[in-house]
Amino acid sequence: MAKIPPPLWLLAEVTHSCPLQCPYCSNPLQLVPKKDELDTEGWLKVLHQARKMGAAQLGFSGGEPLVRKDLEVLIAEARKLGYYSNLITSGVGMDAARVEKFRELGLDHIQVSFQADDATLNDYLAGTHAFQHKLDMARAVKASGYPMVLCFVIHRQNTDRVAQMLDLAAELQADYVELATTQFEGWALANRDHLLPTLEQVREAERVAHHYQEKLKGKMKIYYVVPDYYENRPKACVAGWGKVFLAVAPDGLVLPCHSARSLPNLELHNVRDHDLAWIWYESKAFNYFRGEDWMKEPCRTCDEREKDFGGCHCQAFKLTGDPTNADPTCAKSPHHHLIEQAIDTTRLNPNSSKPLLFRKRQNNSNLS
Amino acid sequence: MSVDFKAVPRLAGGYRFQWEEAQQNHVLLYPEGMVQLSDTAAAVLSLCDGKRTVEAIVAQLEEDYETEGLDEDVTQFLMEAEAQGWVKYG
Ligand code: SF4
Ligand code: SF4
Repeated sequence: MAKIPPPLWLLAEVTHSCPLQCPYCSNPLQLVPKKDELDTEGWLKVLHQARKMGAAQLGFSGGEPLVRKDLEVLIAEARKLGYYSNLITSGVGMDAARVEKFRELGLDHIQVSFQADDATLNDYLAGTHAFQHKLDMARAVKASGYPMVLCFVIHRQNTDRVAQMLDLAAELQADYVELATTQFEGWALANRDHLLPTLEQVREAERVAHHYQEKLKGKMKIYYVVPDYYENRPKACVAGWGKVFLAVAPDGLVLPCHSARSLPNLELHNVRDHDLAWIWYESKAFNYFRGEDWMKEPCRTCDEREKDFGGCHCQAFKLTGDPTNADPTCAKSPHHHLIEQAIDTTRLNPNSSKPLLFRKRQNNSNLS
Repeated sequence: MSVDFKAVPRLAGGYRFQWEEAQQNHVLLYPEGMVQLSDTAAAVLSLCDGKRTVEAIVAQLEEDYETEGLDEDVTQFLMEAEAQGWVKYG
């Protein structure tokens, strides 16, 4: 096999705690309890080891990273080590003074996520009153000299409001807006009957996004990607297993992709027991889907395999029972009918009778 | 688009230029992204400090590389860098 490249991207999921309860959350259903989280020393060790290996981009995410009281310590160390650090947040847990502090400590970028463009829908989806505070925080971020980067996670319940979301972003003078399509993992998968948009919705959202991209060219950059369910081809998950991306879960488990915990027979390791470099280069888990030896048909002989590497293994496992199958969002997959069925269900039955499952620890047990 | 020799280029907000030991390359880092830079690109960007004019950057590079007539290369790159949003003026 070719030489293994070093990781460039470290995602530090510092906690699974979150004051919000978004039903589209891609965190695993079994959230890591607070008592099992790495302590400050543990995270500092992760930052040092990954930087030494070559990671340059660092994302603080979760859960809600602002819940960690030691986030300031981690940010300062990240700057010292030469990371470009990104804070991926709901905005709940900071105020203008904390933003200012982050800036002083050398945090490079803050992305604030919104559930919708208006208070009612936003707060319904978040399961808490957060909208007004988010507006304030988006402004505070910009006021302290950062670019304003907003993220709207879109799905069936809010995708008809993409125009209003972009109007709001323009009014706030956002620099970048990401219209992130829900990835059906974790809580989002459990809620798929409520969240998967219809084909008409997807096409309309695409049209609106393109219209605004033209209209606001040079002022606001808008990212919109069609959901993989409607693309007939999978996404190149984490740009290839064990190639550039490395995630560390709240409890120190090291993951090749942030939902890898759900895969069977994958012996994952913890930074408490092993060096990151060993885990990245030597561990079986990280080598499992490296290269192409693991592939079966149709991927094995497909001329697009260098483009998407067979897609998302977690999605393949969740939907087909075997992670070495082609991602079923691919039209060439023999399991593609599973995707078509989900799409049909959405079209024929847009109001699911199942209750919407909000993401909170008590709800773990309501499943299965 | 053209480049004014008296203008003063600087890195756009949110961008960071640095040497990456593991990649043996200069890179430009920005929100959730990174580009590897060619040696020429790195040489020009390292001088986009918000103080030097384009003219001064050309002169500095010509001195460093002991050559002449780099204005074409530099303005070419700066136009591209501006189009990419890496560099701003004033
Ligand atoms: S998606 Fe919502 S619930 Fe999940 S971590 Fe982010 S803010 Fe919290
Ligand atoms: S068959 Fe496999 S490699 Fe080919 S496009 Fe589909 S998922 Fe990708």
